[in-house]
This record gives sequence, C-alpha cells and structure tokens, in this order.
Amino acid sequence: MLPEIVALNTSPTLSVPWWKVVYDFSALTDWIDKSLHNSMSPFWTTITEMLIIGVLILLFYALVGLFLVYAERKVCAFMQNRLGPNRVGPFGIFQTIADLFKLLFKELIPIKNADGFLFNLAPFIVIIASFMAIAAIPFAKGLHAIDLNIGVLYVMAVSAMGVIGVLLAGWSSNNKYSLIGAMRSGAQIVSYELSVGLSLITIVILAGSMQLSVIVEAQRDGWFLFKGHISAFIAFIIFLISSTAETNRGPFDLAEAESELTAGYHTEYSGIKFAFFFLAEYINMFIVASIAATVFLGGWMPFHVGSWEGFNHIMDFIPPFVWYIGKTFFVIFLMMWFKWTFPRLRIDQLLTLEWKYLLPINLFNVLIMAFLVLMGWHF
Amino acid sequence: MEEKEITNLTDEHQEYVINMGPQHPSTHGVLRLKVSLKGEIVKSIEPHIGYIHSGIEKMCESITYPQIIHLTDRMDYISAHINNEAVCLNVEKALEIDIPDRIKVIRTIMSELTRIQSHQLWWACFGMDLGGLTCFFYGLRDREKILDIFEETCGGRMIVSYNCPGGLMYDIHPNFQKRVKDFIKYFRKILPEYDQLLTGNVIFHERSKGIGTLTKEDAISFGVTGPTGRASGFSCDVRKHEPYSAYDRVQFKEILFDEGDTFHRYLARIDEMWESMKIIEQLIDNIPEGPFAVKMKPIIKLPEGEYYQRVETARGELGVFVISDGNKNPYRVKFRSPNFSNLSVLNHIAKGFKIADLVAIGGSLDLIIPDIDR
Repeated sequence: MLPEIVALNTSPTLSVPWWKVVYDFSALTDWIDKSLHNSMSPFWTTITEMLIIGVLILLFYALVGLFLVYAERKVCAFMQNRLGPNRVGPFGIFQTIADLFKLLFKELIPIKNADGFLFNLAPFIVIIASFMAIAAIPFAKGLHAIDLNIGVLYVMAVSAMGVIGVLLAGWSSNNKYSLIGAMRSGAQIVSYELSVGLSLITIVILAGSMQLSVIVEAQRDGWFLFKGHISAFIAFIIFLISSTAETNRGPFDLAEAESELTAGYHTEYSGIKFAFFFLAEYINMFIVASIAATVFLGGWMPFHVGSWEGFNHIMDFIPPFVWYIGKTFFVIFLMMWFKWTFPRLRIDQLLTLEWKYLLPINLFNVLIMAFLVLMGWHF
Repeated sequence: MEEKEITNLTDEHQEYVINMGPQHPSTHGVLRLKVSLKGEIVKSIEPHIGYIHSGIEKMCESITYPQIIHLTDRMDYISAHINNEAVCLNVEKALEIDIPDRIKVIRTIMSELTRIQSHQLWWACFGMDLGGLTCFFYGLRDREKILDIFEETCGGRMIVSYNCPGGLMYDIHPNFQKRVKDFIKYFRKILPEYDQLLTGNVIFHERSKGIGTLTKEDAISFGVTGPTGRASGFSCDVRKHEPYSAYDRVQFKEILFDEGDTFHRYLARIDEMWESMKIIEQLIDNIPEGPFAVKMKPIIKLPEGEYYQRVETARGELGVFVISDGNKNPYRVKFRSPNFSNLSVLNHIAKGFKIADLVAIGGSLDLIIPDIDR
C-alpha cells in the first residue's frame, strides 16, 4: 500500500530550472499538463486546460487592446508635437483603463428602425474573429495555444471574417453614412485579402510549410526577410500595405473616414458596443503585426547571422517572448507612423492600387520566389 | 396605379440623398450640404445656409460706426482684422480723413499677419479633411505664435478689434517689431516642413490634381475671388488693383495659376504665405513715427450718401457698402462676403466627383460659415 500512495502524491517537477522557462515554455506547459493529469481524468484535464487557455487569451487580449490604444495615442502625440495622455497615473498609463470604464458605463442608445438583432450581433462577430485569430499565433517557444498545420491559412481566413461584422453593422444601423462605410469596407477587404494571401504564399513557398511553428523554426539561421532575396522584401512591403488596408487603418481608413462619413460603419454605436469595434481594430492591427513578425521577421526567433557563433549565442540570451514583442511592436509602430503622416486615399485609388499594382507585382513575385526556391538560390 | 408607384420607386431618378451637416466634421461649422449620390459619385450638391445667421447687416442699422467694427469681427472670424479695416477705411473715406503713415503701415502688417494665420489654419484643416491628421497640429502650432503677437498688442487673439475709425485702438506693444521679426525668421524655416508633410506626398497629389477644376470664365461669372479665384487665373487681388493702406509702397507678387484645380488652390495659399512674409519684412523695420490714431469727433456721423470700400481678406474680396442718411448710425449696410460667392461655385465644380473629392474641394474653397450667413 505505502509505495503506491507515495507514487500518487509525488507531484511532477519542472524538467528545467525555473528561470529557464522564459527560453522554452514547453517545460512549463508540460509540467502543468502532467500535474492536471495526476489529479483528474483526461476529459476533465482537457476541459480545464481549455478554460485556462481561454481565460489567459482573454486577459492577454484585453491587456494588448488597452496597451495598444495607449501606445497609439502616445505615438500619435509624438508625431504631432504633443504630449498625449499624461494625467491618469504615471505618464497617463491608466488613461485607457479610465476610458474603458467610461465606455462600460455609457448608455447604449437604441436606434429607431434599426435591425435590432443584427445591430447587436455585429460587434460580437468583429470581436470573435479577432479573438479566434489570436489563438493560433506563436508568442514564444512553447507558448502557442494551437499549432495548426495550416496556421497561416487559418489566421487569414478567420481574421477576414471580421468584414461580415462590419457589413452587418453598416447595414443594420439604418444610417446612410454607415451603409456607405460598410460598402467601402466590403470592397476594400475583399480586394486586399488577395494581396495579403499572395504575399504570405511567397513566404510559404520559401518555408515549405503553412505551420507557423515550422515557419519560425526555419528562420533559425536568418529571418526570411533577409533569406528570400529581394522577393521576400517586396512581399514584406506588400504585406504591410495590404494588411493595413485590411485592418481599415492608416491611409486606408475609408470605412470610417472621419472627415467624409463622420465615423463610417460604427456611427450609430455607443458605449461598450462601440468599444468592441474600437478594440477589434487594435487587436486586428496586433494580429497582422504578429503575422508580419512571425512570417517575415522570424517570430520569437532571436536575430541570428549564419556562422557567427558568439553573436548568435549572445542574441539567444534575450528571451524569445521579448524578441516577439519587440518585432511586433516595431511593425505596429511602422503602421502607426504612416497612419499619422499620410492623407487618406480615395476609394477608386484604393482599388486601383490593389488591382492594377499590388496584385500583378505580387503574382510576379510569387513566380520569382518559386523559381528561386526551385533553383535553391536562397540563403 | 400601384404598378406605377413601383416603377417610380425603382427608376433612376431615385437618389441616395445624404445630409452633410449642419453637424459634420468636414463642413467646418454649420454648413449643410444636401448631397445626391449615385454610389460614391456626387450627382448634385445643394447648400443650405442660414444655420448661423445672426443678422449682422440688420444690427448695423441700429448701432454706431465704431460699434460696427466689433460685429465685423464675428463675420469672418479668421481674418477679423481685415474685416475691421474694411469698415474703418470706408468711414475714413466718407469723412475724407487723412490717415497718418504709421497707422497705414501697422494696419498692413497686421493684415498680412492675419492672412498668414488664416492660411495656416486653412492648411491645418485641409490636411485634416484629406485624412492627414498631423497637419492640424503643425498648422495650429505655428498659428499660435501669431496669435501671441496679436494678444500682446491688441489684447484679443482671434477677435482682435484693433482698428477703429481714424486709426488704431492702441499703439503697438514695444516688443511687437522684435516678435514679428522673430516669427518671420522662424516661419521661413518651418514653412518648407509643410511642403515635406503634404505638398510632396504622392497620395496628396493623387487626391488633389485635376479635382474640382474651375475655369477662369466660371471664376469670373460666379464672382469667385481670393486665392480660389487666382488659382484659376482670375487676377482679382484688391491689394494690387486698388491698393489701400500701405500696399502701394510694397513689392509683392500676385499669385496666379491657370489650372484652377484643388492642388493649385492649395499652392496659391502656400505661395501667398511667402508673399505675405515678404510684405511684412519690407514694412516691419520702417514703421514711421507719429500718432496711432487721428482725433475723431465723439459721435461719428457720415455725410449723406453711398460709400463702398473693398479689401482683400484671406478668402477673397470683402466689400462694405454703406448708405448713410446723415445720422450716427447707417441707413443700410451690405457686406459683399467672399465666402458666399465662393460657396456658390461648389455645386458647379464638385459635380461628378466622389464624396471624398467633395470634401477635398470644399476644403480647398476655405469656407467660413458665419461669413456666408452673416
């Protein structure tokens, strides 16, 4: 009897020292998984793990959303010779939290003759689309909710779902400005989805896989931005442009063009429903920046140069999560930069840019990349 | 009967009408544009004015001439000083008073400062209309410097009321010349920054070139003046053609373009800022000594008759027409406001363009709504 009890009570220990967890989270997740298996049945273990992941992602989602709103306001202030939020808390870091509470307590104004069901459904579709996309992103080594073998395709497909919410919002609010905004957004996202897809395919050809973890692993000896010659660089630029358009931001914010359509598709939304659209916009920006960081800039992979062993070793000391966050925020900063300096495009110019310039360049670029990979001319 | 109604509903005369304004971010005030659309394309624009009508012309009939000055501030509030000047010049012309040089020079310098700050504000708002929000802060940052100069000398920042019939309310502040010179030095350096941010931008070129072209003939027949008219090649600068104050003694160029599209209306204003700086530089070092106001009678009564004076405000030609019956208040006052004529051309030039172009064209006309409604 005695030995058995001892065996049951022995809790599994971490396979590595605790401070090494930041370099490889799989030890931590394995340990949690084993501990749960020890104390409950496999079914309940799965349920508990799903719950934990769900809560963690929700928390992360809210934190990233709040931080990005703050970051945007600070970056925008920096571009515009202002200080930005600086009253609530040190450097105004609690400003967005205060704003969140304000939005939570605001009245939800009912709209006369609006299609009530669709009107209320729209913000949820937008936010669920972005929420689903964030689950497939590798944040660090081993910190990955689901590692789908079609990760790139999944993220693209799911994040494109948000346009349904935008269209519904525009249609159901019974407002002419909203409808114009929604129609613009529909045309825009459907067009730019093509470019986003093709520029990612360029890298998928180079990596030989759609699985995000494999793509990151393949960049161990150099990021794809540098490995793929000029072709990857073109793909990166096109991805930046078209993903900005896809998130309705920057010079492509026609769907909510403030000076033309007051607030576009979310004109009639108030309180927390408006906050959902607002939050989803920032999370979408975070998602495309993450994808750009993962696919082009190596995700959580530290900066490695071919055979410089010493240099690579020093770079490895910086935890992968820091690399990931740094790269993502670099891309986000780029997107904010051109949002706050460029004037807005017109709808026909927007579509011309996509169908007459980006798409042909992109198709040609895919061919070049396929040729490079075929001949083995990449690094 | 029913069938007929259904065909009526689906025929092509059905228009998608949106109301831009009176509360809309791009109409800069309470202008209401009833815009008929076909998809994104603007079919017709019907401006509805009068939301900020304050009856200034009627009010003028029951107040004295020095009091009218303060009402004119409120018409085109961005070029308040030049509006004041128009009334003062008119009264002085009617009374046949000789105005000392000092007053003339100071008035001219102040007018040109007003013109620069007006164009700065316009540049800021135009950038914002096109979606470049950063322009707004750059423009207002530099405008603040002029407003500070105004505040020091006139007490007011935007609504200055610095003129009065027969001269100025007060003498210039001892710092005035130094601060103006500092500002010119600063702004000569900073104005190329405006070009870097907006003028050279590819998107901006795409958005403004060939958009809302106004021909010279149309400009003349609609009575479009100011930088808007000059961008179409209509030489209409009152400062050149009928010099008042000290404009006859300064060298400056009348900015003229032939194209008349949104881009050239933009360039005309940017170039006018350079010209205004030149005018100020010529005058600022030689402000003559003398009194800052002529001694006037306590109650100003204009002799019976009709008087007209026009000046060049930042937006075009402002005319002040006064009929006097010999009393201390005018019998009738009519302001020929530049914005009213400039607005009238909007439907003509914006038809057939997209909604976004309508906003750009509206921005390039630089409309101030209280000046339209008066």
